[in-house]
Amino acid sequence: MTDALFPMPRAAGCPFDPSPELRRRIEEEPVSQARLWDGSTPWLVTRYADVRALLADPRVSVDVAQPGFPHTNAVSKARDAYMKTLMQMDAPEHVAQRRLLISDFTIKRMEALRPRIQRIVDDLIDEMLAGPNPVDLVEAFALPVPSLVICELLGVPYTDRAFFHRVARTLVMDEPDPEQAIAASEELNAYLEELVDRRNAEPGDDVISRLAVEQYRTGVMTRREIATIGQLLLVAGHDTTATMISLGTAALLAHPDQLRQIRDGGDPALVANAAEELLRYLSITHTEARRVARADIEIGGRLIREGEGVIGVKSIANRDPSAFPEPDTLDVRRKARHHVAFGFGAHQCLGQSLTRVELQVVYGTLYRRIPTLALAVPLDELTFKPDAIFYGVRELPVTW
Amino acid sequence: MKVIVDQDACIGSGQCVLSSPQVFDQRDTDGIVVLLQDSPEPGLREAVHEAARICPGLAITLPPS
Repeated sequence: MTDALFPMPRAAGCPFDPSPELRRRIEEEPVSQARLWDGSTPWLVTRYADVRALLADPRVSVDVAQPGFPHTNAVSKARDAYMKTLMQMDAPEHVAQRRLLISDFTIKRMEALRPRIQRIVDDLIDEMLAGPNPVDLVEAFALPVPSLVICELLGVPYTDRAFFHRVARTLVMDEPDPEQAIAASEELNAYLEELVDRRNAEPGDDVISRLAVEQYRTGVMTRREIATIGQLLLVAGHDTTATMISLGTAALLAHPDQLRQIRDGGDPALVANAAEELLRYLSITHTEARRVARADIEIGGRLIREGEGVIGVKSIANRDPSAFPEPDTLDVRRKARHHVAFGFGAHQCLGQSLTRVELQVVYGTLYRRIPTLALAVPLDELTFKPDAIFYGVRELPVTW
Repeated sequence: MKVIVDQDACIGSGQCVLSSPQVFDQRDTDGIVVLLQDSPEPGLREAVHEAARICPGLAITLPPS
């Protein structure tokens, strides 16, 4: 089945479940090749234990310049060639760059952001309730939440937020033209470089200020390098979180018994548990974890040769029955923290603690404040995004 | 039970702190794991095992005691 095009189509009427072809492979061909948009044929690794072993293996690389690297699409290939972030760096460069940023994403720092995130979420719900009904939850709520949170994190002034949101949106949306995506990237870089200067002159309590003072002022990093980090945080934290909010809400509305437990329980621990289960169940990064082998490696009994592309298919690993009993059931009380939705190994999501706080605030607030929230169209009329980097809904019309 | 952490393997994900804040912390300066106690009481066994299992850097080992 090397001819099967990846990502593979989902079954009609099962928008939250991975492709039946992935389900077949995890049982019959757990490590097997598939075809990408450019004709290349990387390996797909599907089992939970194998995906973890692959992503923790120092012999696999994220170097997008390697000929065998499995690129997601033409846009991401062009963007990767244009800008190298820590997502495309191997050790030791990756370790050094990541260690520069970890202190901004510790559990303590993210918990300190919680009240500000709560306020952002409450204000957006106030605006939504005062506006038209029905409304598209993606535009009115899911996209603005992470956009405003990243502004808080980076220290983007309030007056620049409309600009920031517009450029960010162009950048993270499914932009068909690589040149336009790079133009938006350039516009944001120029803005962030200027912000480095402003924060260097007048530092605040944010990531750009800290990097401006500690790295730019001391001559260790250039403005462009700091802007690139800012852009990485935006790209990695925007559409991902937005998709978890909109697709998560769609999934909960399709499972009203589960939604009721979160909404009526008044239990923050259950909401946190539900966030982990939704991360597992939805595994929105369905373009998956892409690597290239730097040596011959054996995974799941198969030999992957040096230079070959390999994809850790987290979405089906998160439905592996050996790790998650009855994996296709959405169960907000399930113990699911060992999911690989954030990846595994050295490249596991840097912002995962921020995402957790954002999702906990959103899932713990939205349904409690709007208890009659409902889809404004039937579930089967929603348009899903099978070709996007993140699998989600294009719009989510809701009413209350 | 005994707990050993490898600060060089740690990637600062903080997941151990979420699992077992009595046993693990993160350094404020760089987010790397700090072991608060290396012989936690039996009541913390399940939480510490979870921390070791989910650690993305495979930085937590639980040697047989």
